[in-house]
Amino acid sequence: MFILIVGCGRVGSSLARAMLQEGHEVSCLDEDPESHARLEVGLDRGWEDLGGRFTVGAGLETDALVAAGIEEADAFIASTDGDNTNIVISQIAQRRYEVPTVIARILDPLRAEWYQRQGLHTICPTRVAIDMLETAVKEGQGRNGSSNGGGRD
Amino acid sequence: MYIIVVGAGKVGWNLARELLEKNHEVTVIESDRRRYLTVEQELEHNVSYGDASELWVLERAGIQRADMVIAVTGDDEDNMLICQVAKEKYMVERIIARVNNPRNRAHFDLLGIKPSVSATDLILRLLEHEVPEYGLVHLLDLQEEQLEIIEMLLGKDCGVTGRRVGDLAMPDGSLLISILREGKGFVPGPDTVLEVGDEVLAVLDPGKEEELKEIFGPAGGNGTGDGVG
Repeated sequence: MFILIVGCGRVGSSLARAMLQEGHEVSCLDEDPESHARLEVGLDRGWEDLGGRFTVGAGLETDALVAAGIEEADAFIASTDGDNTNIVISQIAQRRYEVPTVIARILDPLRAEWYQRQGLHTICPTRVAIDMLETAVKEGQGRNGSSNGGGRD
Repeated sequence: MYIIVVGAGKVGWNLARELLEKNHEVTVIESDRRRYLTVEQELEHNVSYGDASELWVLERAGIQRADMVIAVTGDDEDNMLICQVAKEKYMVERIIARVNNPRNRAHFDLLGIKPSVSATDLILRLLEHEVPEYGLVHLLDLQEEQLEIIEMLLGKDCGVTGRRVGDLAMPDGSLLISILREGKGFVPGPDTVLEVGDEVLAVLDPGKEEELKEIFGPAGGNGTGDGVG
């Protein structure tokens, strides 16, 4: 599978490394040339030596998307630090380039939910954190409750 | 009408002022606290503080009952998505988006955000109109009506000068609507003979531009330059 990842921050770069090590073809696009270094964290060889691709450019620039290989991509992941950028570029990938699998990271839970209903595959880390915290609080409460009632154990 | 204007920059602020003078109900949404406080001194309760990318901010401004949403922030992605959500989630009937970078216009079109207005494009067109050596000038796109109006300056090497309008093989879906000659405009008839220096206006279906260029382009079509001027 050929995977294009736009936004090479902590999430994007870790995902890129994991997918490359699983044997997929991976291309990253990021505005910041320095983000290339993040790809090589923990690798014993260079990103390109391992077969990875890296392009400097903005996700909204059609030329940059094409240079990074959007026309051949089987999967497109929008993981920049901006919700708006991710929503726009994932729709471009979906509608204009008809990439079969498009996933957008959206921090705003309300919009993540709405765009999900519109047919965009969205991942909302905020939602995940809320759910986990909620569960953790409830579990903690249960534990405290039982310890209050039944003494230490 | 109830109109929500997003972005209280120069465009948004002045727009809001004009709309209020025309007795519309207006809410301006501004995400920069300092700018909000400045604008609020004049527009008072007609301006609201918040990031209109967030749905609850739009809802607080009453987007459910808005007749029109105009997004004129300095950020194209914001403008695009605010209009998309207004149209598709809140069923706002009319939207207008500002395009800051003309290269993003294709993205607005892709997301169905129409009409979109680009000051850069408008100025470029005016420039081409004032300096008509670019040949064929796009004057107006009537996107809803699927028509465009273009202007052509007939140069010395133009293939149609000296010929009657009635003899031109105008492509289907195009029509000459006026000629500007020596500062005076008139509507041509079939017997009007075209002259060097005429500025010809034509209305056409989208996509007919190339055919028109061939007819009004340099005689012999030696392929140098795509202008007709």
